[in-house]
Amino acid sequence: MIDAATFLQLDLPPLLAALLAGATCGLLGSLLVLRRESLVADALSHAVLPGIVLGFALTGLRAGLPMLLGALAAALLAVAGIGLVRRWARLESGAATGAVFTVFFAAGLLGLELSGARTVDLDLDCVLFGQLETLVWPQATGWASLADPAALAALPRQLGLLAAVGVVSAVAVAACWRPLKLLCFDAGYAAVLGLPVRALETGLALLVAAAAVAAFESVGSILVVALLVCPAAALRLLTDRFGTQVLGGAALGAGLAALGYALAGPLPAALGSGIAVNAAGMIGTLGGVAVALAALLGRHRAAAAAG
Amino acid sequence: MIPAYNTLVVLAGCGLLGLAAGTVGCFALLRGRALVADAIGHAALPGVALGALAAAALGLEARSLPPLLLGAALTGLLGVLAMQALGRTGRIREDAAIAVVLSAFYAAGVALLSVVQAVPEAAQAGLSRFILGQAAALRAADAWLAGAIAIGCVAACLALFRPLAAACFDAEFARVQGVRVGVIDLALLGLLVLVCVAGLQAVGLVLVVALIVLPPAAARLWAGRLPGMLALSAGFGAACGLAGAAASALWPELPTGAGVVLAGAILLGLSMLAGPESPRALRRMAARESRA
Repeated sequence: MIDAATFLQLDLPPLLAALLAGATCGLLGSLLVLRRESLVADALSHAVLPGIVLGFALTGLRAGLPMLLGALAAALLAVAGIGLVRRWARLESGAATGAVFTVFFAAGLLGLELSGARTVDLDLDCVLFGQLETLVWPQATGWASLADPAALAALPRQLGLLAAVGVVSAVAVAACWRPLKLLCFDAGYAAVLGLPVRALETGLALLVAAAAVAAFESVGSILVVALLVCPAAALRLLTDRFGTQVLGGAALGAGLAALGYALAGPLPAALGSGIAVNAAGMIGTLGGVAVALAALLGRHRAAAAAG
Repeated sequence: MIPAYNTLVVLAGCGLLGLAAGTVGCFALLRGRALVADAIGHAALPGVALGALAAAALGLEARSLPPLLLGAALTGLLGVLAMQALGRTGRIREDAAIAVVLSAFYAAGVALLSVVQAVPEAAQAGLSRFILGQAAALRAADAWLAGAIAIGCVAACLALFRPLAAACFDAEFARVQGVRVGVIDLALLGLLVLVCVAGLQAVGLVLVVALIVLPPAAARLWAGRLPGMLALSAGFGAACGLAGAAASALWPELPTGAGVVLAGAILLGLSMLAGPESPRALRRMAARESRA
């Protein structure tokens, strides 16, 4: 049986990070899927890399705020760049997006080399594979630590950023529930009604970029896409109702994150195996499995309804 | 100073790869399928890991390329099938299907990679270099294999030129003319899988899509007709491949994939500004003509 101190020190931080990332990305991703903008998830997760690297290089700190600001700037530049490439190169949306975000990602890789960040703190493995397992809380001594402000202050920095982005996203979605619902289902009508469509769209893109940054340090750049897209796609296959889609996406994201983390490390350890599977990889894989199951389930229900 | 034989072979391999990517990418771009290559590339990762595990189980040499590429091709194809299955549900758009397959397969690959680390024979294969590419690590035999696959792709494109062109420009008309557009589409997807697999070691799976998108996009701005666009796209692709390989030789810490992509970006940027078929140039010409 695992004792409280070990659980709190080694398992709680990654589990919390995964839960927060999963819930936030599941929430925002649902909106993207309804807006038919899943490609944005892919694009922004790649495009924020140069911004993160720049934020780190300029401040020398691996602190949340400079990287977040850099990432948001990169995201806005990427969106502008995609528009530019579409106009000046006559490319259709998908190709223009792919062209821009791969170039941004490559620029980020170049930045990683030039800034020497690679040898210090921000490293490539984190970007590609995530580093959930490295989030630890040495100051935890027992369940009492959860109520101890001094110990809580020593929680990994990444959790703070994740929690902040999560809370902001939840509040924003709740506050704009009706406008968002209309925006997802009939943007034209929303504009006619005088809703600030551009502001909502930009706000959503910025929130997605922020979530990508917050989650990238735990699950890595590319796996953020999995969290943004898979829970949302699974729900899309099962429901047509806005509330179920959005809240279900958040719940499924959190659930897959927790299950994935458990299956990756604690379960093999409990079974006596020495192999620890990359937690972020396991979570993303479960996301794919969820989509596959949802597709099968959806087909079943459609057949049953028709027959 | 004459470069060593190995360096020359690597340069040739990367150049050929770029040539193939530019050729296949030209049709993929026109058919609106360019981004599918991103999913195929990412879907190759679990195959590479499984190939390494299978090779270790069979007692083959760890860094031997064929089992890795075979695994990559198989999971790449699986990814294509998964995208099509998702599309058939009628509820998932193509871009969402691409994103789901890309991220889920890549995640499975990452998970499998961590398992591979635990198997000593397989771990020596150094699999993470397939993610961002490392042309400097190419052995002559590997470069020949990649080059051969590339040449095969170009040959297939040339053989299928007429039906491919017909499908790209007017699929409905092509169908009426008797072109089996569905089969052509599958062939194109198969060629994309081959190009991605050939490019794994040099350019890496994350960025190989750029080699498929950027050269044709640049070529489009210089050539108004397909044969010209195809030839230019192939040439630009080869140039990007060579530039990336050269950069990797001079600066080993920079992943080759990044070098190739940045070369392509410069090419596209220049083309957008100076290409005679670019919207800006066409507008300038129209303005000049209306003044005359």
